[in-house]
This record gives sequence, structure tokens and C-alpha cells, in this order.
Amino acid sequence: MSDNGYKSGSNLEKVLKAGHFAFTGECGPPKGANVEHLKEKMEPLRGNVDAVNVTDNQTAVVRMSSKAASALLVQGGLEPNFQMVCRDRNRIAMQSDILGAYSLGIRNMLCLSGDHQNFGNHPQSKNVYDIDSMQLIALVKKMRDEGKFDNDDDIDVPPKLFIGAASNPFADPVDYRIYRLANKIDAGADFIQTQCIYNMPRFREFMKKAVDMGLAEKCYILAGVTPMKSAGMAKYMAKFVPGMDVPQELIKRIEDAGKGKMAEEGIKFACEQIEEFKAMEGVAGVHLMAIEWEHKVPEIAKRAGVLPRPQVD
Amino acid sequence: MIIADRKPLEEIQEMIKDFDNIMLVGCKGCVTVCNVGGLKEVEILASTLRIARKKEGRPLQIEERMLERQCDPEYVEQIRDSYDKYDAVLSMACGVGPQFLSEAYPSQRFFPTVNTKFMGGAVTHGIWEERCAGCGTCVIHYYDGLCPVARCSKSLLHGPCGGSAGGKCEVSQEIECIWDTIVKKKMEQGRLEDLRIQRPNKDWRTARDGGPRKSIREELVQ
Repeated sequence: MSDNGYKSGSNLEKVLKAGHFAFTGECGPPKGANVEHLKEKMEPLRGNVDAVNVTDNQTAVVRMSSKAASALLVQGGLEPNFQMVCRDRNRIAMQSDILGAYSLGIRNMLCLSGDHQNFGNHPQSKNVYDIDSMQLIALVKKMRDEGKFDNDDDIDVPPKLFIGAASNPFADPVDYRIYRLANKIDAGADFIQTQCIYNMPRFREFMKKAVDMGLAEKCYILAGVTPMKSAGMAKYMAKFVPGMDVPQELIKRIEDAGKGKMAEEGIKFACEQIEEFKAMEGVAGVHLMAIEWEHKVPEIAKRAGVLPRPQVD
Repeated sequence: MIIADRKPLEEIQEMIKDFDNIMLVGCKGCVTVCNVGGLKEVEILASTLRIARKKEGRPLQIEERMLERQCDPEYVEQIRDSYDKYDAVLSMACGVGPQFLSEAYPSQRFFPTVNTKFMGGAVTHGIWEERCAGCGTCVIHYYDGLCPVARCSKSLLHGPCGGSAGGKCEVSQEIECIWDTIVKKKMEQGRLEDLRIQRPNKDWRTARDGGPRKSIREELVQ
């Protein structure tokens, strides 16, 4: 830990450490070098979130690199949460990118396994998986806290990053998920962002276990929220996205809202969720993944009552 | 054993389109056991190629041979009497076979007729599955005899990832999530604490990543 008591000094770390309910957003880089498009997408997030996750070739579709897009956010005065997956880089490239990211002003990093390339637009590519997400978390922690590379060589100016990891409370085998979360915290995760939550009863059970096991004290857990745009989207997620639990009642609720009003019902449900998360023991904030719906973030943030975002010095 | 699949007929025909007189060599090793390059398969491929070429009006001469193993210089020697009497030699062994043959007979041209796929076994008659990735440092004892390096699509040493659903892998419903099986076994048998251990980053030097590998048994080297 540095002299000021912070591990990285990122805005997200400061907000969480001060005990505020965090609110993070997400921005997928463009499928090209279209900087203007990225700027348009990041603009609605300004002032409405504490940090912005910048996805790393999500669903294994080639996009502008998460490091470059994160750096563009830094230049634009927004705080990125730089995502890195284990699919495309060996430990040499990972460490190099971690140093590069820090040098470019990036202070948060989310460590992920990554969607298999089979899902994406280059299914022929070789998958790397030199190390896995658990080992990546430990690697970033070692680089930050010990100032050493994986091979124990000293780092000349170690990267001080706030370390994030993901947790999917709904994937199988369900009984094991809480232990996998515990492993990520043991490995060095400072904060967790969960998979999108739709099944609230199951998430309440998950959080109760996390609190009972003392995990919420060791790590900041941010609940994942993705507003449904339509019943079609709800059905698609229920059927085709692995590890996603979308209850039938929710699909019906969105559907019953009727044509032209489904998106509003989706936002309403998301706001109800956020309201409950604010009061839920162990939940330190919300991670809002408004997929290709960044322009709705100001409205959702306002209606969810998370504005203004706290300023912590 | 090594599991292979026969190449499509068209690909083999394309390889040998300029030849009229070839040798087709099967192997009595793994490819016989996995029904892809044994005596029966040699006979079937040879007759199929002959019939196709006869239809084209360009008859093809094929000598059919079987070797004990194509991965052993001693048995590879068995075609020294005749290897140079043909325009080309086709091997029905795994990828090792045509290479041992090429090394023994540099003046001849050798072609593969199978795609070598993996190390595994028959889970039921006619279905083979991968079990070993040949990483050179076995760690299956961490995982109750099940290998995530070979059997997890992401080779995760700390699984399962968030894509595990109903015991299946996110990549395909045809792929078992081996991590689902590992976790359930550990939990049922009360050994969950094994999965709370952080495993060291794998040293891939013993796998193909360290370059082509060699195994030397000093006591056997003369």
C-alpha cells in the first residue's frame, strides 16, 4: 500500500473506501479505429459513474484494444476499468500490457478468463490461456505489492492498480460459486463485479453466504445490472447466454408491458434492483452494463437515485 | 493412444493426381485400434482410389502394405526392398508415420492420409475422446484424476468459468464441462479444500511451447 493509504488511488477505490455506494458503467470499444464513435459512447457516462469498464474484445469479436480505449477515456477525463482476458495473451504480453496500462494513467483493472474464441468472429484463432483469471489476479497483485514480475525480477516502478474480478453467482455448479469467489478474493481481488443479475431470490441467497463467510468484508462486491430492452432480449439471454438466469416471471413482466413500453419496464426493473442493492448487506455498489445503451445511463442513474456521484479527495 | 480421422477422399485424390503407381502403408499401432489406418482401412482406401481412377480412364496401381508400427525405425526398414518402385508412398499412420518414413527414405515422397487429432480413448464403440494434452508435467492428481489442461476448453487450473451450464461447456453442448465434474466429485467426497489452493502458473516448457521435445532414457541408450 502506498503512503496515502490507497492501493492505487483510483477514483473507484476512493469512493469505495470512503464507504459510498459505488456506481460503475461499461463501454465497449468500437469495431474499428473510430475514436469519435468511442467519444460519443463515453460521453453519457461522464459524471454519472465512478469508473467505466472497457471491455477486452468481448464475445471474442475484434475491437479496438481495451488498453487503447481505456487510455482514450483517461485523456477524455473519465476513469476506466481496464478489462483483460486470458484468452489472447501469454504472461509476457499480460505483464507488458499491465505496465503499459498503468503508464497511460489507467488505475483499475478487471481480470477475466474471457469468452472462448469459438463465440467470436475469428473462431479459427489459437487460444492462449497461458494462465487463468485466478492466476492473473495474483500476478497483478504481485506486480503491485511486491514490485516483482512473475519470474521474481524487480519492476522499475510497479503498476499500482486496483484489482477487480468477476463472479457469476448463477453459473453451474451453483453450490461452488461462492468458493470460487472466495478464491478470487484470496488471490488478491480488491473488488468484484458480478454477472448480470435477474434472479433476485438467488442473488439474495448468494450474498447472504458471502456475508456469512466474511467475504464482503474483505472485498467490495458490486452487483451487476443490465436493463432489458425488450422481451426478445430477455428471451435471448435466458436461452443462449451461458450461465445467465432470467426468470420466466421477468420475461412475462417485460412482455406484458406491451409494444413500445418494454424498454421502460426493463429500466423500471433495473431501478428497483438498484434500490434493493443499496440496502442489501454486503453489496458495495452496482455495476451497470447498459449494453449498446450508453445514452440511457444518465436517465437510469438519475432514476436509480445514485446522483450526484461522490467526489473523494 | 493416438486418435486420428481419415482425410476426405477428395483431398487424398488431389495429392496423388499426378501419380499412377503408389504404395499405401498402414500401421498396426494406434490407428489400427481406432479403426482409421489398419489393414481393413488400407484395403478400403486402396480399392476406392483404384475404382475412382479407373472411372477417369487413368488406372492407378497401388501396393498395399502393413507395418507393425511406423514410429519405429526397425519396422520402417521393412519397406526398404520396394519403397523406390513407386511414384509416391501414402501413409495411413498418425503424423509420426510419414515423418519416420521420410527420414528413412529421403529420395521418396510421402503423403499423409489421416488427420492426427489427439491422445485419448474410446468412450464407447465408435466414439473417441481426448484425455491428455501431453503437457509434459502431469497435474491430474490435483483434480482427482481428471485433466483440465486437456479437457477444459480454456485449460483453466482454477475453474469452472462463468460459462459452465448444466454440466456442459460454453463452447458446445457436445463438450462436457470437466470442471463441473471435478467440483462435484470434490464436494461429494468432502474435499472442497483441495479447490481452495492456488496452483502455481504452469511451466509450459515441458509442453510443445518449449520447442520440439525429446525423451532420453539413459539406460537404454547404447
